[in-house]
Amino acid sequence: MTKQIIVPFGPQHPVLPEPIHLDLVLEDERVVDVIPSIGYIHRGFEKLVEKREFTEYVYVAERTCGICSFIHGMTYCVGVEQIMNIEVPERADYLRTIWSEYSRLHSHLLWLGLFADSFGFENLFMNAWRIRERILDVFEQTTGGRVIQGTCKIGGVRRDIANEKLAEMSSNLDSIRKEIEDLTNVFLHDDTVRHRTRNVGVLSREDAYHLGAVGPTGRGSGVAIDLRKTGYAAYGKLNFSMVTDSCGDAYSRCLVRCKELFSSIDLIQQAIRKIPDGPIEVKVTGAPNGEFFCRAEQPRGELVHYIKGNGTKFLVRSRIRTPTLSNIPSLIKMLQGCELADVPVIVLSIDPCISCTER
Amino acid sequence: MGFFEMTKTALKTVMSRPATILYPYQPAKKTGLTRGHVAYDGSKCISCSICVKKCPSQAILLNKEAKTWQIDRFRCVVCSSCVDTCPSKCLFMDTQYTGPAVEKSVEVFAITYVKPAKPEKKDEPNQ
Ligand code: SF4
Ligand code: SF4
Repeated sequence: MTKQIIVPFGPQHPVLPEPIHLDLVLEDERVVDVIPSIGYIHRGFEKLVEKREFTEYVYVAERTCGICSFIHGMTYCVGVEQIMNIEVPERADYLRTIWSEYSRLHSHLLWLGLFADSFGFENLFMNAWRIRERILDVFEQTTGGRVIQGTCKIGGVRRDIANEKLAEMSSNLDSIRKEIEDLTNVFLHDDTVRHRTRNVGVLSREDAYHLGAVGPTGRGSGVAIDLRKTGYAAYGKLNFSMVTDSCGDAYSRCLVRCKELFSSIDLIQQAIRKIPDGPIEVKVTGAPNGEFFCRAEQPRGELVHYIKGNGTKFLVRSRIRTPTLSNIPSLIKMLQGCELADVPVIVLSIDPCISCTER
Repeated sequence: MGFFEMTKTALKTVMSRPATILYPYQPAKKTGLTRGHVAYDGSKCISCSICVKKCPSQAILLNKEAKTWQIDRFRCVVCSSCVDTCPSKCLFMDTQYTGPAVEKSVEVFAITYVKPAKPEKKDEPNQ
């Protein structure tokens, strides 16, 4: 029997923007087992919820993640609104959808860049991030923040987007779509990329389902779950088809995300066409009394906010389950049996957001 | 076959202008909504301490006796919650980011608001 050695991967590693530690058990160059450990950046949100009024906690909830921040804020708000039976104006729902989809564009472009970086394709990395910059500019022009938007609040949104601006955003998206077409063309057809991602980190459909893979990680393996189909915010009124692929390797996960970029652009343009005029918020009185389990689709998969209030201004419990946490078991499965040199690519292929995971 | 996919993109980037700017020689992009830092106007503040309660990061301290309003820029997360909730509109969001600092410090402002004198009531009906 070959001698087993343990190689630590992380918490600080060139491909990891955030700290996760994996102990790779190797036999020669082959990974036979992986022992993950997280908890390097725990921030204690669950305790903090007892100390901040539920209206101010939106800003804290939003800071769970630095990429899909808007969706965190929105999911929290939707949860509290459901407990308090608040009907959000339709325009606010559409604006939330638009910003959510911009977050998805931002997140997927960021991920495509990092993914290219993980197999050493720096030029592609820069190109993905150049397009992402245009998305961030839209965020800054419409919300005032590039990464943390801070526009969601309980009962609606804090800022409106003028209809002229919406039209301009829509036509800008046409040119962004062209740039993205060029970019994804490279990802999907370039030999270098294909060579590094095809048949790497394969996750079968059964494994994906049983290990609870969510988002593009699950959809890349053929598990057709997309919470946007449940129709929260304005998704119920928009038309889009779920992107899935059946191979379950790193390439499939990349393919799913590439195609989702186009469906996001479509969704935003549809929403801009359909958005009604009207108020953007309703007045909120009272405090939440009850509990709610709110789910939403983040760029990385299913996000769950559990919220419980007791009729005071301070919530008694808020628990966040982020998609990366549910994808870690799948990651372990993918890594077993792979080559050491493929580990960075596989780790990045689930789009890990470790800071999210730790809350 | 799939080897030259990148060439087109690479050539385009070589030919086009840089996507980055020469900061700080060229100013950074700003929009009217950019949240830079919180600005304060002491002549309008009525010391209601709503901003203190509404700040999620507890960056603001109000001292009614000493008549000072202080903000810890290191705690402030620039969420603009205080700006939205201030009843007398004496807080603003400035688009300029604050510069880097080498020491932790707080910024203290004096409250110079003077209550306008109540107009004297002339004839009291019951007396
Ligand atoms: S901007 Fe937000 S964090 Fe900063 S002082 Fe105001 S309420 Fe506090
Ligand atoms: S800054 Fe505004 S909210 Fe804060 S104490 Fe003064 S008046 Fe009240």
